[in-house]
Amino acid sequence: MPRPGFVLEVDRSTPPILTWHGEGFRLEKLPAGRSRVIYAPEPLEPLGDPDEEIRQALLNPLDCDPLPTLLFPGMRLTIAFDDISLPLPPMRRPDNRQRALEAVLDLAAAAGVDDVVLICALALHRRMTEAELRHAVGDRVYDAFAPSGRLLQHDAEDPNALVHLGVTDQGEDVEINKRAAESDLLVYVNINLVAMDGGHKSVATGLASYRSLRHHHNVRTMRHSRSFMDQDHSELHSSNWRMGRLIAASGVRVFQIETTLNNDAFPSQMGFLQKREWEWTARDRATYLATTRSLALAPPRTARSIFQAIKAPHSMTSVHAGEVEAVHRATTAMVYRQQLVPVEGQTDIAVFGLPHLCPYNVNSIMNPILVMCMGLGYLFNLYRGKPIVREGGVAILSHPTPWAFNPVHHPSYIDFFEEVLADTTDPVEIEKNYEERFATDEWYRHLYRTGHAYHGVHPFYMWYWGAHALEHLARVIIVAGSPRAVRRLGFSPASTLQDALEMASDVVGRDPTISHLHCPPIMIADVE
Amino acid sequence: MIGRVFPLARPTWPGSVPRPPVRKALGLAYDTDWARSPGARAGRAAVRDLVAAPLLKVIAAPETRGLDRISHLDEPAIFAANHASHLDAPLIVSVLPARWRDELFVGGAADYFFDTRVKAATFAFLLNAVPIERQRVSRQSARVVETLLGDGWSMLIFPEGGRSPDGWGQPHTRGAAWLASRTGLPIVPVHVEGTRRILAKGSRTLRPGSTVVTFGRPLRPGAGTDARALAADLEQAIAALADELGSDWYTARRRAAAGTTPPLTGPESRGWRRAWALDERAGRRGRARDRWPR
Repeated sequence: MPRPGFVLEVDRSTPPILTWHGEGFRLEKLPAGRSRVIYAPEPLEPLGDPDEEIRQALLNPLDCDPLPTLLFPGMRLTIAFDDISLPLPPMRRPDNRQRALEAVLDLAAAAGVDDVVLICALALHRRMTEAELRHAVGDRVYDAFAPSGRLLQHDAEDPNALVHLGVTDQGEDVEINKRAAESDLLVYVNINLVAMDGGHKSVATGLASYRSLRHHHNVRTMRHSRSFMDQDHSELHSSNWRMGRLIAASGVRVFQIETTLNNDAFPSQMGFLQKREWEWTARDRATYLATTRSLALAPPRTARSIFQAIKAPHSMTSVHAGEVEAVHRATTAMVYRQQLVPVEGQTDIAVFGLPHLCPYNVNSIMNPILVMCMGLGYLFNLYRGKPIVREGGVAILSHPTPWAFNPVHHPSYIDFFEEVLADTTDPVEIEKNYEERFATDEWYRHLYRTGHAYHGVHPFYMWYWGAHALEHLARVIIVAGSPRAVRRLGFSPASTLQDALEMASDVVGRDPTISHLHCPPIMIADVE
Repeated sequence: MIGRVFPLARPTWPGSVPRPPVRKALGLAYDTDWARSPGARAGRAAVRDLVAAPLLKVIAAPETRGLDRISHLDEPAIFAANHASHLDAPLIVSVLPARWRDELFVGGAADYFFDTRVKAATFAFLLNAVPIERQRVSRQSARVVETLLGDGWSMLIFPEGGRSPDGWGQPHTRGAAWLASRTGLPIVPVHVEGTRRILAKGSRTLRPGSTVVTFGRPLRPGAGTDARALAADLEQAIAALADELGSDWYTARRRAAAGTTPPLTGPESRGWRRAWALDERAGRRGRARDRWPR
């Protein structure tokens, strides 16, 4: 029986706490009597026979006819699926997407459907490589569809491949992939790693254009999403739901498949990452020491390669299929069951150890903008109710924050960092003065469409992602980061956690209360 | 390649002539318990990992597909494969994940592998072979096999009952399906391609080449499953795996759904046309060789 999440009150006998630090870890001693550590629930039991469970979900969908009754010879079937940003870390084969795609295609084959196209729902993310696609959909599906051009990647900048479906009652343009919109049936295969994923966001964001996305990927929406993990209080979701309902009303028939994962995020060789420190065995301690010592000696590129090679032993814990909203309700309940940790009240300081990976640097570099997004956009927003840190409090992030970028994946990030952040770090100013130029830049557009680059506007969205935290916090400190890069972000560099706590005392006094989110594995703090 | 034939080799036994009773300690009666003792297991693992697997990599260059289809299985299983060469069993054992490989026995024809003491001991040791009858399941072999499956061992069986004489598959016997319906364990269809080119039936020379071992989705016998229907499903599943290798996965699924999967047993025609069709099948897989000498 997996144990639920746990909040440890730190006392003098508490061992140092493992804190992620990019491609490495630190053991940090937290002040006794006023610190707490929030641990994720243990991984839920996986489904015994996931393939059979998927099949049953397709045959007995929620608020929808069984999938076989929606399939017929001569129809146009489009199957869209999540891109490389999910799950994190990438899961061991077979990926949930492969299992679900094969199950859908099995039924399509039985129904005699010939016109099938698979679309990777990239939105404005980078195109995936062949190896990445093979990992996601499996060799069987890839070899059956890619050679004949029936495995596509959504192009949000191809005017011929987009269709404008209308405008919501809030004035939001809805423009999505034409093939998906004009199919007799659109099946969307999700991996719901966190509560933010899935629902109407799948189609309304994943298959949308910049013209459509700008209505919810902006500073105002992000500041009114409290948090992204709580769709009832998330303007991001409200906007996507309006768009999703308009998509349905305009005749696009969506059959949603959502799968959830347990938070078994690291292989057994790195088992200490999943454990509470006082439960580490001699083997865990030896592994920790060996890992940290060797990582300290390894060049950054090698350390990055080692961490990027990690494949999570995630297992499927549930699968639901059918009507979008009904499916998403059931899925969200399952995600909450795995990730919610009840937490009492807020503290003055939140400590976030940032891992090597966020949704936008799989097989890539976590550049300073992604450090900001991961810390203030994702980890800060892993809450329901209230943030774990009070308004006017301090966030302490731990990450090396190197001044380093992947020029293939993140070309516009480089210019954003060099040009925009040198001018201002205020999200509103940035949005007003710079967004349109980057979003419509022909060179970025070319790299997005033909290479493996994120869209020109993507670094802006990363910055907006943290806009709510920037407004909420009085100060952000990064421990052991490159001082130059940290200052460019508008944050304060500190050498050690003790220094960071000392610096924070300027804002929160001498005896602040502290929360440390022991993440990953992923959790959601349910703050009362 | 022409193998050694009678009178250089032992004569084959006419089916119409009853065989004299074999000595009790051989054939079906051969007791293989010793081959599962800790010492024998350790020895077998050493031979397998240090000798057989590296050798097979050189000789057969196995490519493994479809392991993801069985990754969720956490119970013993019955692996049922097509059979064209003596290499099939060691090849499949060498590519199986450790959790099955270490606790696997192979159903071996009692009349072939267990007819002399030396052969029986060799195959029992090397492959953890257990004697079974080719065409039917006798009470004695069923009892041994069921006991082993009940003890958590997995089984590798060749439902064709013997190696293919011409490269095409042979009609399946129902042994594997019967065992699965009796024990409730899943059957994993396995398709092996390429071993015949390396060591065909009757050949005594190894010709190194490449092989592909494809694992299919497990078939689970439900309550009251008819072994006959399960056997037909199994044969169909292995044929679909062969089709998948020759075309692509979705085409194979389309054909399986439409009931038009090319049968493993090949065309009805005889003689050279069967051999010709076999070569064409290989050609579809992109491995066609020049038909004419240059």
